[in-house]
Amino acid sequence: MNVWLNFLIDSLAFGATFMYGSTGEILTEKAGHLNLGIPGIMCMGGAGGCLVLNLVGNSNLPGFLIVILGILGAFFMSVLMGLIYSFLTITLRANQNVTGLALTTFGVGLMKVIFSKLDSVVYLVGPKELYRWPFAGRTDALQCLGVMFFLAVIIALLASWVLFRTKVGLHLRAVGENPGTADAVGINVTRYKYVATMVGSGIAGLGGFYYIIDYMASMEAYLSLEAFGWLSIALVIFALWRPHMTIIGSTVFGFLFSCSSYITNISWINVTMAAKPLLKMLPYIVTILVLIVTSIRNKREDQPPQSLGLPYFREER
Amino acid sequence: MRVKKANAVQEPLFHLAKRSEIAVWKAWVIRLAVILLGFIVCGLAAFVLIEKLQDDPSKIVDFYKCFYKGAFSTSRKLWKFLKNMAILQCISLAVTPAFRMRFWNIGAEGQTLVSVLGCIAVAFYLGGTVPAGVLLVLMFVAAVLCGMIWALIPALFKARWNTNETLFTLMMNYVATFLVSYFLIVWVPSGSSTLGKLNYGKLPSFGHDYLVIILIALILTIGLYIYLKHSKHGYEISVVGESVRTAQYSGINVKKVIIRTMAVSGMLCGLSGFLIGAGLDQSVTTESVGGQGFTAIMVSWLAKFNPLVMLLTSGLISLLNSGAAQISQDLNVNGAFPDVITGIILFFIIGCEFFINYRIIFRKRSQSILNKEGVK
Repeated sequence: MNVWLNFLIDSLAFGATFMYGSTGEILTEKAGHLNLGIPGIMCMGGAGGCLVLNLVGNSNLPGFLIVILGILGAFFMSVLMGLIYSFLTITLRANQNVTGLALTTFGVGLMKVIFSKLDSVVYLVGPKELYRWPFAGRTDALQCLGVMFFLAVIIALLASWVLFRTKVGLHLRAVGENPGTADAVGINVTRYKYVATMVGSGIAGLGGFYYIIDYMASMEAYLSLEAFGWLSIALVIFALWRPHMTIIGSTVFGFLFSCSSYITNISWINVTMAAKPLLKMLPYIVTILVLIVTSIRNKREDQPPQSLGLPYFREER
Repeated sequence: MRVKKANAVQEPLFHLAKRSEIAVWKAWVIRLAVILLGFIVCGLAAFVLIEKLQDDPSKIVDFYKCFYKGAFSTSRKLWKFLKNMAILQCISLAVTPAFRMRFWNIGAEGQTLVSVLGCIAVAFYLGGTVPAGVLLVLMFVAAVLCGMIWALIPALFKARWNTNETLFTLMMNYVATFLVSYFLIVWVPSGSSTLGKLNYGKLPSFGHDYLVIILIALILTIGLYIYLKHSKHGYEISVVGESVRTAQYSGINVKKVIIRTMAVSGMLCGLSGFLIGAGLDQSVTTESVGGQGFTAIMVSWLAKFNPLVMLLTSGLISLLNSGAAQISQDLNVNGAFPDVITGIILFFIIGCEFFINYRIIFRKRSQSILNKEGVK
């Protein structure tokens, strides 16, 4: 029984990486922008946070301040990445897919260069314990759930509340569905797009930082980060563009992705090594199935935002 | 419109207008200028990231020389550059037909990878039991079929239920990756998951090892240009890309065009996979395509989906990669540095398209234009 509880907690902790990533991507997509730069942004978020920790990790600052500075570093670095994307796609109306892919190439590359220069003793070994608050020092599974896990849940719930319960959220959704109509009502389309894309990027970037400093807490973690950026984009579909659904979705994804290592530990399920990649394929297969089923059912509230991927040019209405 | 004083209409500082047309040379001057600007920014980035440059700023000359050195300095490097360019060109051609009808297929990575897998699977199981020529034909058929199937799955759902193709094809990439790692575990009993170079199914070569691949890429470029510009299929693709409704009214079967075009795209990915599998690697890893499926999307878009212009853009991207690889080696910087350089240059090219497509009209200038028109 204990094995299963550990498994659940581990899935939750692992899932927080995608929870950040897909909550950020949902905000962006609700503004009508399909940001394929999320993997690059998450990588740069991780790099930004660790860059700050590299500066303050050895200092005498109080622990909570170091934690907050790291988070802020990750956030602002990814907001900067979001700014590049926003400027190109919103102001210069570039193709979103191409810009996103370029951003991913750039972000993943730059992150690797940055990490090759950081000192893991300074940015990782000291600070990683701080991020384990409030369960630091425990030996059971709960130690996986650090402060940034709870932040992920709070952000996901908050994003849902803003999107579906406030006027700002209503405006944002209008922008994503039909910017022409939103503009006619008097909503500042450009501003909504910019803010949503940049805040979304900032949130996604926290996911990368969380993965490196908390969940994996190893100096090689950054090498495997990119794949989870793509998984975050998949999770957006799975969650049907609802941030609170990412909490369940990310746990399921975390479960599917890490179950290969757990199942081989359990003696009564006889699984060969070869099944591992097939199990890891499951999150993507499930996402495809969700995509197909929602398109067949064709329910309006489960569809991607209508103007997703299309640039808005006021003078062309 | 807000009125400030009576009869005085406040005009924004600038507004945008679509250019009706721009001289081709003007567009290329803008592009070249922007690429140069991009290179300058790359130099700045290098200055921040490379310690050797900070110690000795005069080394910045070496930095730029590396772009030449990495691609052209020795004949070995030149062949390698041409080979990389040819493969990238093939995959870029593969994604183009779908893009021309605005079907955002970002699954070329997976389609190519599955083709490499299919082609190597044939060599793995049948190698040595059938004559070499037959084996090559079977490998080719397997690669093309695999690529086609991988492309057709999303196309069928798009045609039938309008399933979002961008997200669907993206997911198919990862299914392909894990399929490869599955077969690597099955095929390699030692558990190392690296398949050694197979002794069978090598694409015959003449002149130089890479010459066949380069020639195939060239022939394919011209072939696809003719297919897209001068065939009925190509015309139908353009109409569907312009407007699905127009296509329907003019009697084009849109579903059929979507499925057929994606089949062509997938088959071309299959051919690229065959070139990688049989022509180069004789093996397969999850990194066999190495992100080129994604790079190809950018190459194709930068060339405005024109196969001939694509020779320029795929050349540029390959040049950046080989140059930046040389920089990593000479100036001692992390191997991921080429991606940073490519990213920066891409941002500049992506951004510059705006200034080619739109005119910025400032307040004063537009006033004078209005006055002129008023005179009329």
